[in-house]
Amino acid sequence: MVKPRVLILRAPGTNCDRETAFAFETAGARADTVHLNRLLESPSVAQEYQILAIPGGFSYGDDISAGRIFGNQMRHHLYDALHEFKTADKLILGICNGFQILLKSGVLLPDQAHEPLATLAQNASGKFEDRWVHLRVTNPKSVFLQGIESLYLPVAHAEGKFVARDAATLARLEAAGQLVLRYAEESEARGQGSEVRGQESEVRGQESERSPNPQPLAPSPQPCIPYPANPNGAQVDVAGLADETGRVFGLMPHPERYIDPTQHPRWTRARHERGDGLALFENAVRFFK
Amino acid sequence: MTLWQVDIHPADSQPDTLARSVLAESADLGLGPFAVQAARGFLVQGDISREQIERLSRELLADLVVERPVVCQPGDPLLASGRLASGGRQPPEESSWQLVHVLPKPGVTDPVAASTLSAIADFGIPVEAVVTLRKYWVQGLSPEQLRTLAAKLLANDSIEQTLFGLLQLERIHLGSPYQFEPLTLLIRELSPERLVALSRERTLSLTLVELQTIQQHYRNLGREPTDIELETIAQTWSEHCSHKTLTGRVTYTDETGTRHFGNLLKETIFAATQQIRKELGPNDWCVSVFQDNAGIVKFDDEHHVAFKVETHNRPSAIEPYGGANTGVGGVIRDTLGTGLGARPVCNTDVFCFAPPDLPAEELPPGVLHPRRIMRGVVGGVRDYGNRMGIPTVNGAIYFDPRYVGNPLVFCGSVGILPRDKAFKETKPGDLIVALGGRTGRDGIHGATFSSAELTHESEQVSGGAVQIGNAIAEKMVHDVLLVARDQGLFNALTDCGAGGFSSAVGEMGADMGAEVWLEKAPLKYEGLSYTEIWISEAQERMVLAVPAEKWPALQTLCESENVEAVAIGRFVPTGELELKYHGTSVGKLGMQFLHHGRPKIERQATFFSVLPNPKSEIRNPKFDAGSTLLSLLSSLNIASKEWVIRQYDHEVQGGSVIKPLVGVANDGPSDAAVLRPVLSSRRGLVVACGMNPRYGDLDPYHMAACAIDEAVRNCVAVGADPARIAILDNFCWGHTDRPETLGALVRAALACHEVAIALGTPFISGKDSLHNEFSYLADGERRTIQIPHTLLISALGQVADVSRCVTMDFKSAGNLIYQVGLTKHELGGSHWELVGEREASASRWNRSASSPNADIGELTHPARHSVPQVDPVTAKRTFAALHQAIDRGLVRACHDPSEGGLAVALAEMAFSGGLGATVRLASAAHDGLANLPPDEANTVLLFAESASRFVVEVEPAKRAAFEAIFRERNVPLAHLGEVTDTDRLQVNAASVSGMLVDLPIDELKEAWQRPLRW
Repeated sequence: MVKPRVLILRAPGTNCDRETAFAFETAGARADTVHLNRLLESPSVAQEYQILAIPGGFSYGDDISAGRIFGNQMRHHLYDALHEFKTADKLILGICNGFQILLKSGVLLPDQAHEPLATLAQNASGKFEDRWVHLRVTNPKSVFLQGIESLYLPVAHAEGKFVARDAATLARLEAAGQLVLRYAEESEARGQGSEVRGQESEVRGQESERSPNPQPLAPSPQPCIPYPANPNGAQVDVAGLADETGRVFGLMPHPERYIDPTQHPRWTRARHERGDGLALFENAVRFFK
Repeated sequence: MTLWQVDIHPADSQPDTLARSVLAESADLGLGPFAVQAARGFLVQGDISREQIERLSRELLADLVVERPVVCQPGDPLLASGRLASGGRQPPEESSWQLVHVLPKPGVTDPVAASTLSAIADFGIPVEAVVTLRKYWVQGLSPEQLRTLAAKLLANDSIEQTLFGLLQLERIHLGSPYQFEPLTLLIRELSPERLVALSRERTLSLTLVELQTIQQHYRNLGREPTDIELETIAQTWSEHCSHKTLTGRVTYTDETGTRHFGNLLKETIFAATQQIRKELGPNDWCVSVFQDNAGIVKFDDEHHVAFKVETHNRPSAIEPYGGANTGVGGVIRDTLGTGLGARPVCNTDVFCFAPPDLPAEELPPGVLHPRRIMRGVVGGVRDYGNRMGIPTVNGAIYFDPRYVGNPLVFCGSVGILPRDKAFKETKPGDLIVALGGRTGRDGIHGATFSSAELTHESEQVSGGAVQIGNAIAEKMVHDVLLVARDQGLFNALTDCGAGGFSSAVGEMGADMGAEVWLEKAPLKYEGLSYTEIWISEAQERMVLAVPAEKWPALQTLCESENVEAVAIGRFVPTGELELKYHGTSVGKLGMQFLHHGRPKIERQATFFSVLPNPKSEIRNPKFDAGSTLLSLLSSLNIASKEWVIRQYDHEVQGGSVIKPLVGVANDGPSDAAVLRPVLSSRRGLVVACGMNPRYGDLDPYHMAACAIDEAVRNCVAVGADPARIAILDNFCWGHTDRPETLGALVRAALACHEVAIALGTPFISGKDSLHNEFSYLADGERRTIQIPHTLLISALGQVADVSRCVTMDFKSAGNLIYQVGLTKHELGGSHWELVGEREASASRWNRSASSPNADIGELTHPARHSVPQVDPVTAKRTFAALHQAIDRGLVRACHDPSEGGLAVALAEMAFSGGLGATVRLASAAHDGLANLPPDEANTVLLFAESASRFVVEVEPAKRAAFEAIFRERNVPLAHLGEVTDTDRLQVNAASVSGMLVDLPIDELKEAWQRPLRW
């Protein structure tokens, strides 16, 4: 059968394109890395592909705010091409900076009353951090998350705090099942190479009761689990977001950084068969089989 | 033409993070309580209507979900009201809130402004200029206090200007056109005094002998030099570019007699590499050493790897963020500019600071507080490496009060390149192509400045030497260069570093000649003179030698990714460097004189060792091993650096195998980093370092030997093959024209020579930074602080299959704990000694300041104990044995006991693994401790930092196989104890019975994490 073709879109400052392409290739796709300028010259190029992936990095240096300049270029020049792509039952994935771009371009959540519904703001910690996080899939809506219950992946960002315009917006997204991926306490995420010792898991057990799903929504919704389990202070622990169709998906963690077992921070303690991240890319490939 | 100001305030629901960090960091300024609000903002100039700027503020400049824009023309009272205004409430009374604006000084690179400019253009709105700003409203400070806050925290006046009150600004100044006038300097008739004065006025940093050589040269030519000729010579002859001291003649005298060197580096460090390569013969795995921007060694069948470590000390002392930022950018360009271009795969960063808890009142005038320097340096490294997408995987931070005026910043970069791209050759007729960033006034005189001594006035006089980086500009260069390399579009390249075009073009054309058309260089703004263009150290620029027929293809490639590439001249076989500006010749220099005309430096060097007190004695009589261990874990050099490490992306590029933080909670201190630069392969690179300036106070020879031993040991500990480890040297020293200071350096170089040969670890690249001294006036008297002799050894190892690698955290209860190697009576320069002296050390720097010429060793250590010494022959055997054990899968965990000795190593392995351990010192392997009193023996066994040792965890089932390897190779091995599930570290005394240490691992971990948990 023919391998689905992936367009890895890079711009000045994109820097996770190589490993993202490698992840898709490992999952059985054919990946081409294409500079944004080529797409701006001829937007129709996109239609040759089944999957559009915007990898992580610092497009335009995160100047002004992460994903803003790239996002505006998509709003100004690629709106039609991307609309056509979406309506053709194709897949769009944004990882880290790619997620920021998808959100700020309106591709993931269309504006309402000329204002964005949500954003990814500066981490509550006020700084860039690289650390591994446990994740729960809280809704099966996203094509990329089919059959996945939990994940253990690294985050590496300074602007990943998910914030909705207001509580009502957050409630709508929740109700629509679009808040598909959440940061979780270790004990909630089943078996992700956890070597929790007795008393720790008890403590965590109590905490985990505080974050059942769906979340109760305060007027200004807060994280449900503490830092660093929620690494950036995202409202209701949102780590990834799907559009209403489930075919467009953005997430802050880096699935492409956990493809090989030796990428796990504790692989020398307990070996795992394969990296958790691979399943996302395999789901995308399987969607076209 | 309208000028708009757009202030961006956090929305009411959002934290004011900028203000929050000001309050947090102002703690050590002693200003008392005050309130602060902050906003960022933009000045936007162009034919822009209010409607248009409103649109930009909503769709581009502000994020409406979390921010509120305020749009006015500068000077509008509405801009005086703080965050409240954006909430639509009453502005605070002008009287109680004081307003401060911080803007970049004219000419200082402002990457965000540049991006914003093109982003606005993308809206189809006619914009002319953009400036970014920060503004602060402060309440509760006197005007004087406010100025202190502004000077110490809000702005750095080497790159930023502070404006109090509303901005009163008509328009943004874009620089004024330059009026060309060729300049000639009359030097042929100058007296020696006037020559020296001229050199100082123009920051040429030339010695009198050099000035007189130049004077004579022009007398022979029968003409006067132009300014650009003199500048070019100064740049090329600078210590920074030519390393004239270490390649010069040295007469060295120590207790064994006198020895002459014609070229110190050649006869010590280079010589070691040559001999190792000769011994390897056909198996030589070095490719290119000490000739290119980085050293190159073989990696696999398709690739070589390159490694370079640079220092960027001076700029970091003055503008820590920009200095460190451009330090990283510079060393990445070194990798990119190696061979025909290597792709950077990881970075390393090592810093030396004064302790961050140093009381502000103890600071000499003109230095930034170490805490601010540390925050700035870490931020600069973080932002450049992360933005470039290069993982920062290894580093170290070393604290000593003597770094107060001279912080050290070492930036390293490892790159990978195809085997057939390892060498470059400039050809006659090749075009000189400047690729990447534009040229501005950035960093004028950086090279000559870094060859001068810092003084309390440096902050003022050397602002020009500070560059600001733009990582994305460099990433764009990176992207096109690697494509151009693979398409064979150029014959040679190098980076524009210190000296700018003058050094880059001068180097590439050294054996040929070049003609340069200075007016062709693209400028950031008008007004640069031809000389400023030539010596500017503006960042993110590379120089390529491009065959005329390949030039169109390269232009097309660069245009396709919006990278600027311009031909600024041609390499010609004239043996001359001719500089032209719009056709007029402004300078003509013979390459021969430029590169070989410098008089060889002759220096005297002496060393008199600090003899250990024959009758060794233990300092603190009431011996409490437990509390000593806790204070060691809390001492700054040993304490966790997690706060720093997590701010670096150490996993980008997807090749991470052993991370800097390991263990059950991902927070233990890894000995080295391992990564797979080729994602489809199992072969790994291992990166580590070693450094111990305190040993240098006692004997620089053993300091150097131990630094090499530690760097290599760290690599072997995670699984690197000891037969495939390349090392790099970075010497940071004081004034080497003082014989005893140069003597210390010679002694270190001799150790490098002997130990490298013995271990078979070739030096492949290196860099030195001399004159690291800080002078200031205190009560009319000139005082000088000399840094400790500092030698950083960086190591690049390799492992055939990364799945063989091990980490340092204990894995499971019941496993056996071994000590590999011998512990000796070597407490000299140890951290145990440091902790014992902590009170004294607080004021050490101003004691050494008061008498700079006295022997530092005397000042800092009464030298009661011997410094650790390396036995290279045993070391080599030990490394080989351990590697065999690891390679055969017999090792579960391995860690090197260095800073803090065996006790600290055991504690780290235990709390990193979340497991306890029981250890019996009685079974420890030692040498010469038999007849010591119990306390002394225990102290040495626990805390001595003897070299070439490891602590290893082994499964009981593998015991026999493991022990056999060491027995066969006759390597000292001792079974110390067992890993336990008690959550306690328990150490039993050697001679007397009883427990020396019995502490919960959580308490040990907390002691280790607390100090730098910022």
